[in-house]
Amino acid sequence: MTFFHSWLWKMAWRDSRAHLKRLFLFVASIILGVAAMVAIGGFGDNLESAINDQAKTLLGADLAFRSQSPFPEKIEALADSIGGEQAREIDFSSMAFFPAQNATRLVRIRTLEGRFPFYGKLESQPAGADGFLRQHSGGALVDQNLMLQYGLALGDTVRLGSAAFEIKGELKKIPGQAEAGSAIAPTIYIAARDLGNTGLIRFGSRAVYRLYFRLAESQDPEKIREELDPQLRAERIRASTVESQKESLGQAMGNLYRFLNLVAFIALLLGGIGVGSAIHVYIKQKLNTIAVLRCVGATIRQTFLIYLIQTFAMGVAGALAGIALGLMIQQFIPAVVGDFLVVDLEMFISPAAVLQGAGMGLVLTLLFALLPLLGIRRVSPLLAIRASFAENSDRDPLRLGVIGLIAAAVVAFAILQTQSVAVGLGFALGLAGALALLTGAANLLMWGVKRFFPGRLGYLFRQSLANLYRPNNQTLVLMLSLGLGTFLIATLYVAQEGLLNQVALTGSGNQPNLILFDIQTDQNTAVREMVEEHQMPVLQNVPIVTARLSRIKDRSVTEMLADSSQSPGRWALNREFRLTYRDTLIETEKLVAGTWVPEVAADQDTIPVSIEDGLAEDLGIAVGDFLEIDVQGVAMPARIASIRDVDWQRVQTNFLIVFPRGVLEYAPQFMVVVTRAPSREVSATLQRDLVQRFPNVAAVDLALILRTVEGILDRISAVIRFMAFFSILTGLVVLASAVITSRYQRVQESVLLRTLGATKSQIRIIMLLEYVYLGSLAAATGVLLSLASGWALAAWVFNIAYHPPLVAVGAFTGGVILLTTVLGMLNSRGIATRPPLEILRSEA
Amino acid sequence: MNDPQPMLSVSGLSKTYRSGERDLTVLHDVTFDIAEGSTAAIVGPSGSGKTTLLGLCAGLDLPSSGTVRLDGADLGRLSEDERALVRNRLVGFVFQSFQLIPTLTALENVMVPAELQGRSDVRNRARDLLETVGLGERMGHYPVQLSGGEQQRVALARAFINSPKILFADEPTGNLDADTGASISDLIFELNREAGTTLVLVTHDQVLAAQTQRILRMRGGQIVQDVYSESSLNR
Repeated sequence: MTFFHSWLWKMAWRDSRAHLKRLFLFVASIILGVAAMVAIGGFGDNLESAINDQAKTLLGADLAFRSQSPFPEKIEALADSIGGEQAREIDFSSMAFFPAQNATRLVRIRTLEGRFPFYGKLESQPAGADGFLRQHSGGALVDQNLMLQYGLALGDTVRLGSAAFEIKGELKKIPGQAEAGSAIAPTIYIAARDLGNTGLIRFGSRAVYRLYFRLAESQDPEKIREELDPQLRAERIRASTVESQKESLGQAMGNLYRFLNLVAFIALLLGGIGVGSAIHVYIKQKLNTIAVLRCVGATIRQTFLIYLIQTFAMGVAGALAGIALGLMIQQFIPAVVGDFLVVDLEMFISPAAVLQGAGMGLVLTLLFALLPLLGIRRVSPLLAIRASFAENSDRDPLRLGVIGLIAAAVVAFAILQTQSVAVGLGFALGLAGALALLTGAANLLMWGVKRFFPGRLGYLFRQSLANLYRPNNQTLVLMLSLGLGTFLIATLYVAQEGLLNQVALTGSGNQPNLILFDIQTDQNTAVREMVEEHQMPVLQNVPIVTARLSRIKDRSVTEMLADSSQSPGRWALNREFRLTYRDTLIETEKLVAGTWVPEVAADQDTIPVSIEDGLAEDLGIAVGDFLEIDVQGVAMPARIASIRDVDWQRVQTNFLIVFPRGVLEYAPQFMVVVTRAPSREVSATLQRDLVQRFPNVAAVDLALILRTVEGILDRISAVIRFMAFFSILTGLVVLASAVITSRYQRVQESVLLRTLGATKSQIRIIMLLEYVYLGSLAAATGVLLSLASGWALAAWVFNIAYHPPLVAVGAFTGGVILLTTVLGMLNSRGIATRPPLEILRSEA
Repeated sequence: MNDPQPMLSVSGLSKTYRSGERDLTVLHDVTFDIAEGSTAAIVGPSGSGKTTLLGLCAGLDLPSSGTVRLDGADLGRLSEDERALVRNRLVGFVFQSFQLIPTLTALENVMVPAELQGRSDVRNRARDLLETVGLGERMGHYPVQLSGGEQQRVALARAFINSPKILFADEPTGNLDADTGASISDLIFELNREAGTTLVLVTHDQVLAAQTQRILRMRGGQIVQDVYSESSLNR
């Protein structure tokens, strides 16, 4: 008989119909996993198609140039030669002052000119408010969150530098910008022609300059970009097209998508383990039926197929239910992650995601179920006449084969989910490690309890402890499912707490919390005085000079930039450095190589500079190497005199490159003042007074940033929690199914104990204690693992000091124990109270 | 005595189990034949090897040495699947603990062995058999809804559905009260007579054993006595 023989299906149905509910619970653990896969996969496809459809509106143009300084003549000429329609934008940070509210805030100012965006539009209230800015002077469009935060209304005034603007519209959505981004630096749009009035952009000001092109149909933007790339690179100008924008967007969104994908996969895996363990117990209860079938002439293959068919059918049912649930959940994902999206999602059902989710669910169900199903082949018909017949305990080579298949499937799926061989393999290895540790802990527990059995304890304690290692125990299954679930969820929590703590520490104690920058040299004394008048200390007062690297050792940076093989230090080649000069090391710095040179003569040929060790490593340079530093057009030859280790965690003005005194004193520069405001109010007063007297000075309020970052992290953790919810729920279903499958064994025992005279409360206590032991150990192992992985994340990924959230983790552990016990007891209800005979008959 | 062709032929049969570090011989050099259509009882104290012998005779297990021939087929030379086929076509079973499949109704339990042969016209025959054992009204009931005696009747009907040549019964009345046990044993012998089936019984029950033509008495894994009853000698 083959798999499709009608009698086998009939027999599978007859044998399973009495406990369909129980079987469905087995696959319930797979439903959530499939649902998560379908939902996330579908969301990913929706996202990809949205990016494809909206890429043009994200860039707003066919081609865009971006530079950190005004475009040089050469590039202007080049731009003219390209033709098409052009528009410019200047984008920089500055302080905004709202006179009616008497409040100030660091904002991102962008200028509007020409018909940009050529594709898509700025969404505002009233609609089309940007039209006013294009035609009239003195208007501004203000980010809606900012309006809300300061209680601003249309018609209110906002002062930017030395000019006042009337708020003409509330910005709802800017193409290409995620909503979460606007929280850090909310945007204000003004007309380009009004920029001069503000007096905010001077020589050396930090700003981003963009030039947008709308090309003729016949022009291929990608081709133009490729042709111009070498010339643009030489001037440190980056060109983007719809294609390149799509690519980088896809990458950014891809990370989010991959993360969600992995979490969904974990839920599916947990479900697989749940199915495997449930089928294991199920088959154990079916041994007698299998033996009888064999006695009356069924072959090994036939009995095996009967139960394979049951599993398969349940897997299909689970996958179908998972698809339905997944499609529903897919509708909610945009609401959860919406803040991080730059595109408008249009939801549709993705057949590929449905097939992949359901297919993976079914394959994992079958593979995990195959392990216990294989045991059917070894059931002897003798079992029908001899209940105590010992099972064949030889190793089954097919079992090893199935374990290999499961491992291969997990690796393959992990690679498929992350679209990266390295990440997929790493994930699978990490998971294997966690499973091995949990299995080890479970075995150690069983061995330990048996070996050091506390024989003096009361009967109830002994009986419940013995349940942990007696035949048919549920120790391993519960340890794996509960432990893994706890581990994953607690890791997410520990990592998130670690990050938040880091941010909170930065803003506490006597750390500086207000940084004033862009102070002109001639304003420095007055600004210092103003800070001190507000009873605040000047913790640091540092000059800052902007510069670029132009030669490293014997190669020009232009040449190095053109060489695409130069990768680790690429960030440093393109960037504008803010450097300083001083004669001493500060407390956040430690000399790791060379000698510190405090001061040199102004006419020194080669200047001895100090660089940060990370920069030295990325650029592959050491003490004694030659550098040429371009300080706003003046090439300065320099030699690396020392290398410093810098603690970037502290709120200080820290620098990659430090000059000795004596060279840069007359270079164009601005000053920074670092101070500490005792309260929010004092900080606000100082900022207000500053902006009125020195509109060009910008203030970074760390307390405000802290609150904003907390807000963003909260939103990120909402996404994480949404996904972790799948794991938790799957863990619960797995737990419930493990508890329910163990019910049968517990029933027999309890009935026997009650027949022998045990009271209801004694039986309840035995069950309660067993679940408390199991819950405690699984939760403790999972939580310990998560603390270890949290430490690893802190040390190697986030590079932050690790402060384990012990109280929260303790509460979490308690929660898992409580949940396990409650679920266990809920499921066992009735066993202790119903008459023994009634239970035996109904559960037989 | 001129025996017809033996239905079951056991020769030099031994069975040894490994128990921890040492070997445990539960059957030692057992030899006997059972004639076709005859009835025999294997009796003996607990642990004497009765059930092991029955399991080997029915092809549920393989001996450590010796041969079992069932209707001329050497079971030791057959694969597990071939033995399953022999059990299905030639053998009927009745167990002490009834061994009905709990998830199947009485009727479905009876049908299973016939359905395994791929036959689809088995429902009527199964109904007839259940009528014969007096369960015409209870065909749709599950085992838990039946009394012990009723369950054993279903098991009997199942044992006869494929018209087996030999019926193995392992303590068929062991789990039943005296009255029910008597009615079941009557039924077994009645069905056996009607179908001309060979019957091998394993039992402690002397009354039941006395109803067979031959009694094989076991002790310590060996046959220590082989007695033909008067009725069979007179036949």
